[in-house]
Amino acid sequence: MSFSKIKFDKKIKLSFWIILIALIIAAPSLLPVFRLNLLGRYLSLSIVALGVDLIWGYTGLLSLGQGIFFALGGYCAAMYLQITSSSEFPNNIPEFFALYGVEKLPFFWEPFRSPVFTFFAIWIIPALVAGLIGFLVFRNRIKGVYFSILTQASLLVFFNFFNGQQKLINGTNGLKTDVTQLFGQMVGSESMQRIFFWVTAILVIASWFFAKWVVKGRFGNILIGIRDDEPRVRFTGYNPVIFKTIIFSIAGGLAGISGALYTVQSGIVSPQFMTVPFSIEMVIWVAVGGRGTLLGAILGAVFINYAKSLVSEALPASWMFIQGGLFILVVTALPEGVLGWIQGDGPRNLLQRFGLKRKIETYPSLEVNNKEGNNE
Amino acid sequence: MNNKDLLNLIDITVSFEGFLALNKLNLNLKKGELRAVIGPNGAGKTTFLDVITGKVKPTKGEVIFKGKSLVGRKEHKIARLGVGRKFQSPRIFENLTVRENLEISVATPKSPLNLINKIIKNEQLDEIERLLKIVNLAQKVDSKAGSLSHGQKQWLEIAMLVGQKPDLMLVDEPVAGLTDEETDLTADLLKSLSGENTVVVIDHDMEFIRRLDSNVSVLNQGTVLCEGTMETIQKDKKVIDVYLGRPED
Repeated sequence: MSFSKIKFDKKIKLSFWIILIALIIAAPSLLPVFRLNLLGRYLSLSIVALGVDLIWGYTGLLSLGQGIFFALGGYCAAMYLQITSSSEFPNNIPEFFALYGVEKLPFFWEPFRSPVFTFFAIWIIPALVAGLIGFLVFRNRIKGVYFSILTQASLLVFFNFFNGQQKLINGTNGLKTDVTQLFGQMVGSESMQRIFFWVTAILVIASWFFAKWVVKGRFGNILIGIRDDEPRVRFTGYNPVIFKTIIFSIAGGLAGISGALYTVQSGIVSPQFMTVPFSIEMVIWVAVGGRGTLLGAILGAVFINYAKSLVSEALPASWMFIQGGLFILVVTALPEGVLGWIQGDGPRNLLQRFGLKRKIETYPSLEVNNKEGNNE
Repeated sequence: MNNKDLLNLIDITVSFEGFLALNKLNLNLKKGELRAVIGPNGAGKTTFLDVITGKVKPTKGEVIFKGKSLVGRKEHKIARLGVGRKFQSPRIFENLTVRENLEISVATPKSPLNLINKIIKNEQLDEIERLLKIVNLAQKVDSKAGSLSHGQKQWLEIAMLVGQKPDLMLVDEPVAGLTDEETDLTADLLKSLSGENTVVVIDHDMEFIRRLDSNVSVLNQGTVLCEGTMETIQKDKKVIDVYLGRPED
């Protein structure tokens, strides 16, 4: 790569960041509250997509159960908000308990009175659950499609459990957060939503940097090694079980953060977060955006969801067809996803096809090889 | 069995649903030895490596490496004890560069905590440079390993094996698909590695085995048929019958 190219790349990167930060700062004044809230929600979904990219794009683990960890994060946030806003209700416990004749707060709600505990619980609890499930599965060398089926089955177990526990967590109705209070303000209020948008935007960027840090260097290379040839990694002296457990746990933690942010911006957490289609959608966002690119996961999550809401407003009921078509298109025509296609030779090949760009030399490395020959 | 032995295989039997891939196989390796293992197809050569590296658990028998039993240990633990393996077809990480492949192999300890550290120790960087020189891949260091030629891939895998610093190197068909010149260089490389390391080479290529100038074990039907220098085994009647074919053929 020549010097000027590097400089050019840096300029593009710098301008990208300036535009991005400017957009984030300006968005709350540019967009109507309704749209801003939607954008905030979709941005929070991009954090769970980042986790999917880490485990699927980099490590080759196709999880269809990320909804578990997403919902757990959401429930942690909602339980804190409900319990700290329940002083005027009977027995000083959240309102819904009265419906089922519960007078005493279930024990596991107690720690959620503490904001510090909740702050950590939002990502540590999903990460621990993911780590535990992951360890048991990976230790038994369950992989490939069996792993996917197992994660989906776990998702259904969690879904059914949460759905049936009215007396513990309001069952199928879920926990509402929009009428609760946080720092003396209504969570669903306009000013709070604006703050949540900024918090989400910052956390998306932070998660992105964190994910980049994880996959950079030898740790990330081992993940790629596990994806491409796990036995080889073993014979080199690495224990893939530990690496897979760690990355699955990280993805779980990211899903938890994502779920909490999504909950406070959509006003409710319910077992609907743990439905099978929703977890599959997460995978589609990453597949369309581009596996193993990180940025592709973020863009995929935001753009597909934004398209979903726009299409659904204009032509209700047609979205599922479009989403299905999009997925088929990506799988057949763009297996690397949109960003993977752009970063690869895709655009050049397309321009070539229309005769707009010169074909590359067949043997661009001929010169290099000659040099090598001289050395031998 | 004596103290100088690095590896003892004692009465190893491997049964795949009744089929005996290995049948009471006995083999001892001294420290620093270079040993060639030959045998017709289906003689159990690769299963023999699978047993040592923990991929296949023997139905019966014992594998003693450096005085410790390897039976029942996980693959990565055996690798950490000092058993390195090169596979039949080159198995390198094709989506990583040559340097990244080597970084993975020389890294120690092989723990996530060590690897998440972005700084690679100087002695490991020096080791990578040394390996690159040995296998002549210095110019390809930042190319994707998948873009290498077949011979270069074989050598990269050998370099990764050496970088692991194993006491015992198991090399499965290192010259399959290589040119004559590359084959000669590989033979010299393996010879230079023995002495400090113990090397087991499995191959069909008679010229290559002759060039190694080492002791040869002949496997047939899962057991050791004969052991000795190339000259001795070439005269052995049993070996001629099952493997080499009669001289007049």
